[in-house]
This record gives sequence, C-alpha cells and structure tokens, in this order.
Amino acid sequence: MARIALAALIGLVFGTGIAISGMINPAKVLNFFDIAGTWDPSLAFVMGGALVVTMIGYRFVLRRPAPVFDTRFHLPGSRAIDTRLVAGSAVFGIGWGITGFCPGGAIPALGLMETDAFVFVAAMVGGIVLARIAQTALVRPATAAN
Amino acid sequence: MTAFTPLASLFGGALIGLSAVLLMAFHGRIAGMTGILTGVIPPLARDWSWRAAFLAGAIVAPALLLASGGIEIGFESPVPAPWLVIGGLIVGVGVYFGSGCTSGHGVCGLARFSPRSLVATLVFMAATFATVFVVRHLLGGF
Repeated sequence: MARIALAALIGLVFGTGIAISGMINPAKVLNFFDIAGTWDPSLAFVMGGALVVTMIGYRFVLRRPAPVFDTRFHLPGSRAIDTRLVAGSAVFGIGWGITGFCPGGAIPALGLMETDAFVFVAAMVGGIVLARIAQTALVRPATAAN
Repeated sequence: MTAFTPLASLFGGALIGLSAVLLMAFHGRIAGMTGILTGVIPPLARDWSWRAAFLAGAIVAPALLLASGGIEIGFESPVPAPWLVIGGLIVGVGVYFGSGCTSGHGVCGLARFSPRSLVATLVFMAATFATVFVVRHLLGGF
C-alpha cells in the first residue's frame, strides 16, 4: 500500500515539475524549437535542472544494494544502438515538432482539462497500440520461420 | 510569443529530477513517461498498479496547483485538432519503437550515461528542431 501511495506522491512531484517548468505548455515547447522565429530558451533550463538533480541523485541511489520496495533496480538492459532506436526517436521528434506535446508533458496536461490534451493523448495511446500490434505481427512470422 | 522563464523552468526541472530520483530510490524504476504509460495500456503489465498511481499523481498535480490559486499555469495549443491526431499517432509509434521519450531518455537515460539514450535524445531533438523549422518557416504553419 505504501508502495502505491508513494508512487502517486512521486507522480505528483513529476506533474508539479512539468506544470511549473512550462513543459505542460505546447506553445512554449514549440517556441523552444523555433530558434529562427519566436525562440524561448526556457526548456533548456527544464532539461538542465532535471538532468543535474537526477545525475546527482542517481549517484547516491544506485550505490545502494536495492530500492526500498523491490529486490533490484530495473535498469534497461539493452545496449544496442540500432535502427529501431534511431528511427523510433526520429519519428517521435517529428510528432513532437508538429504538436508541441511529448508524453511527459501531455499526461499532466490532462489535469488542466484542456480538450487538446485529451485529443493528443488519445491519439498517442492509439499510436502505442498500433505499434504494439505491428511489432507482434512482424516478430511472430520471423520467429515461426526459425 | 511565450515569456522566457529561466527560474520557474529551472525549479520545475529540478522537481522532475527529484521525482526521477525518488522513483528509482523507492521503486527501482526509470521515471520515463513512455514506459510507465505503456504498462497501463491493455494488456496490462503485471505491476500496473504503481504505474497507474504515478500517472494519477501526475494528472492531479496541475489541477491541485490551479485549485490552490497561487500560481498561473500557461497553456496554449496552437495546433489544429486534425494535426494533434496525426502528431499524437506519430508520437505514440515513435516512442514505442524508440523505447522512450524526453523523460526516459532525455533525463533518466542521460543521467546514468546511457549511450543509447544519448543517441535517442540527439536524434529526437534534431528531428523536432527540423520539424518545427519546416512547419513554421517553410510551410507557414502553426
């Protein structure tokens, strides 16, 4: 129970950070990427602040044998820099550039009860579902062939 | 135009970092929105409950800030709805295959010096800069 309650609290900290920093605002995000136009460098400060705190915090946390509520740290095991990673990231960037919404900004934006946030998140969830289906369809025949 | 807000952005960014550190310290998890969200889309991940709780907290936070009245949260979405749908689909597909987004790769991954996350972050930042330039300055869009 404490595990779930604390996850909610940590989510609250995340959402507060997204809201205060301006990451929640698509117009602000798009302006960060518009150096040739109405440039707003604020997001560099969001990324910088988040990165410095996480870097320092991780140094202490990951030195411990295990997290409080689990037997081990769940760190991504894959080290491959492959087409999937690069192409996926490029596709994400195109969508972010069109809309100004990224997943971490859009989910907290739902709390503002803005229609545009709901439209984006619904489409994004649809995209994740489609990608999952495509992956299953692509991987299964390949496995069967072996 | 949006106002340049270095202090608020730095402070908000630090809170995002704090949540990433806490989620690792207590749950042993990367605070990446893509990974957390994917686990609550059916078929549910076995450990969906903490993910749902995190998402609920993240959604409630701006509402609480607004209700507290002491703070103004800017929100403006200049993009027409059909493009939000197209862009949303594209983002969903991209973050799924790219295994992460700004929070997962750009904050947590870079913080633990993951070469994969560095490549992913450089690629999606470059793609976003290029897309905004094309949309705003070549196509004359939003």
